[in-house]
Amino acid sequence: MAYKKRVDGRKFDETRPIIAKAGVIPKADGSGYFKIGKTEAYAAVYGPRELHPRNKQDPKTGVLRCTYNMMPFAGQGDRVRPGPSRRSKEISMVTELALLPVVNLEDWPNAVVDVFIELPQTDAGSRCAGISAASIALADAGIRMQDMVAACAVGIVDGSVVVDLNYEEEAWEEGNVADIPLAVIPSTGEISLLQMDGKVTKEQLMQAITQAKPVFERIADIQRAAIKERYDAVTREVKQNE
Amino acid sequence: MTEKSELLARDKEVVVPGQVLATGMEFLPSSGTYRKGDRIYANQTGLLVVEGKVLKTIPMAGAYLPKRYDVIIGKVIDILMTGWRLETNSPYSAVLPLKDATFDYIKKGADLTEFFNLDEYVVCKIMQVTSQNLVDVSMKGPGLRKLKGGRIIKVSPPKVPRIIGKRGSMVALIKQATGCQMCVGQNGLIWLSGEPEQEVLAVKTIRKIEREAHVPGLTERIKSFLEKATGKKLEIGTDEEYERQHESRRPQSRPREGRGHREESGGARRGRRPPRR
Amino acid sequence: MSNDLKEHISAALKKGVRLDGRKLDEFRPITIETGTVATAEGSAHLRCGETEIIAGIKLAVGTPYPDRPDSGTLMVNAELRPISNPEFEIGPPSIESIEVSRVIDRTIRESGTIDEKKLCITPGEQVWMVNVDVVPLNTDGNLIDLGCLASVAALKNTKLPRLEDGVVNYKELTQEGLPLSEEPIAVTVVKIGENFLVDPTQGEFDVADARLTVGSLADGTLCALQKGGDASLTPEDIDRMVDIALATAKKLRKLLE
Repeated sequence: MAYKKRVDGRKFDETRPIIAKAGVIPKADGSGYFKIGKTEAYAAVYGPRELHPRNKQDPKTGVLRCTYNMMPFAGQGDRVRPGPSRRSKEISMVTELALLPVVNLEDWPNAVVDVFIELPQTDAGSRCAGISAASIALADAGIRMQDMVAACAVGIVDGSVVVDLNYEEEAWEEGNVADIPLAVIPSTGEISLLQMDGKVTKEQLMQAITQAKPVFERIADIQRAAIKERYDAVTREVKQNE
Repeated sequence: MTEKSELLARDKEVVVPGQVLATGMEFLPSSGTYRKGDRIYANQTGLLVVEGKVLKTIPMAGAYLPKRYDVIIGKVIDILMTGWRLETNSPYSAVLPLKDATFDYIKKGADLTEFFNLDEYVVCKIMQVTSQNLVDVSMKGPGLRKLKGGRIIKVSPPKVPRIIGKRGSMVALIKQATGCQMCVGQNGLIWLSGEPEQEVLAVKTIRKIEREAHVPGLTERIKSFLEKATGKKLEIGTDEEYERQHESRRPQSRPREGRGHREESGGARRGRRPPRR
Repeated sequence: MSNDLKEHISAALKKGVRLDGRKLDEFRPITIETGTVATAEGSAHLRCGETEIIAGIKLAVGTPYPDRPDSGTLMVNAELRPISNPEFEIGPPSIESIEVSRVIDRTIRESGTIDEKKLCITPGEQVWMVNVDVVPLNTDGNLIDLGCLASVAALKNTKLPRLEDGVVNYKELTQEGLPLSEEPIAVTVVKIGENFLVDPTQGEFDVADARLTVGSLADGTLCALQKGGDASLTPEDIDRMVDIALATAKKLRKLLE
């Protein structure tokens, strides 16, 4: 009883439809939006700005600080109580670590770059959508970064590698499901987020990482296009008015 | 490294982090770009500038990083024993020492708020920046002063050169059209004071410049926008105040930044071209 | 906030112009989209100038309070998260967000739009609990009025989820909406010097001497009030401010149609 057809009919290496935008939050210094299926993330960057408390400052470089939060109505099912939870704190931390390798804040000693991620609705893959949105926001804010960070969950369902599991697929009960959130730096192929729950063999894990590679390049292209579109849209508008 | 050198992006194109700009060893990375193996990538969102074989970007967004000899607008946030602390619209506050604050004699034990009080804004010049970005400013210089009345608006600091224009030409246009007093700090704070409706027009114009900064033909576009809004015939010139503030700037401190890249593409040429009609 | 700016704003207001060019009684254009959040039972996405707010409704089944065994519950919560403004910080709710929550809550609750008795499923055992969450994505002033408007739009958009043996199945919404009888509207009028204006931006809000939020119903009945700001108001001020609020509410109510 192998997993032959995905619950929503997608191909095994097919993500849900993605919409990405930059510059969606005017008050922020940079912002990004990343929607994949019914999982929707907004990210705003504030900074580099002064860091309080002072004992968190680093005289050699600026500090990256990420905060992940689900809006109270964003969960599948019950209302999510506002305020930090163990889950949101852990995700904030791994988000920070996922973005840190590409970000260069050496010009900004003692300062902080704050990244706030908010999800109005989720259908699995929320930390990955958050990271993908945050990466757009950082680039939109003019932060120096060697590359985008593209994130997406990869899974092993009954031995088959699938990308971008939704909630229903994550909860599939007829076989073994492993969910592996990954963040990839496309230009180097390095991985900056790696978590998993479920059971897999080492071979399956390596297979998942290898097979999913093109997906991350595709996501990075979508992210980059989103940032350019912010400017291209204005260019088109100006040309039209001429 | 057998690959042929090839430019993969256009001059004046908006490029984004991780975008491959060129392959091969012929091109050279400069600011906003880096080499890895035989490829050159962008590492900051910006407008690509191709100068011969050198690839660099002009940033499109980002915070203000204090630079020596920049004229900025600061806000008094603290009164110190020996001067004032100013907020600079950057992660780093600045100190205005007593000795650089005024040509007047300040008596020992004087009430410093009489000179500059909390929440007041001043136009000042950055005299020193340390490696940790501790900043010293001075008020001694032409055009440096306390700002009275009016309002302050914030713009994206990398767009400031466009809002100022070549030798203050854009500022001059806005002043001419709206009759507002206007002062632009390199740190992205702009002070405006004028008739209410005219101020609204000035703000609208500044927002338009910010938004359309990457689209060629900016000066002409802003000129005709303002002409349409005011019904006045406007001249493109230079801004006296800007010139005054910058004349004492150490010449050739940054030979490249002063010219070329701060101007809009084609703006200067367009000025020399015969009118279309 | 500096007195300089306040004087500057007042001087312009005397000439009938606000810093963004609006007239004193002019609202920024508003758009409301409903049903934007798939995981909520009702939702609205509101934009007004640079203020952008998502309001979402979550329904839950719970046991009623012992003193009101046949009544459901309504709760409004506003979260001023740091994503939406550089001034907002991480941490426990600020007094500002608590005030926004409570004034919206009062406006909706006291309007009686939701008959809490109709939220009863089994007296003493099971009732519907309605949670309204207001989350701004970008804030530039007037959060009470706009949060209230978004909340009412979201409440109108709400469909009850299917109840199976007393357990909520969130995957299936029924065709049944919430029992709503009114559309309460909150309008905040701020006083700067001798001028009164509506829909303040953050800058105007910050320099205001005083403000009055007026919650009202379609027939002009007042259902909630909140006076804010350092300065006191004369009865004449209040008379004038309520008039302005009611006239404005009439315009805003059309957006809910």
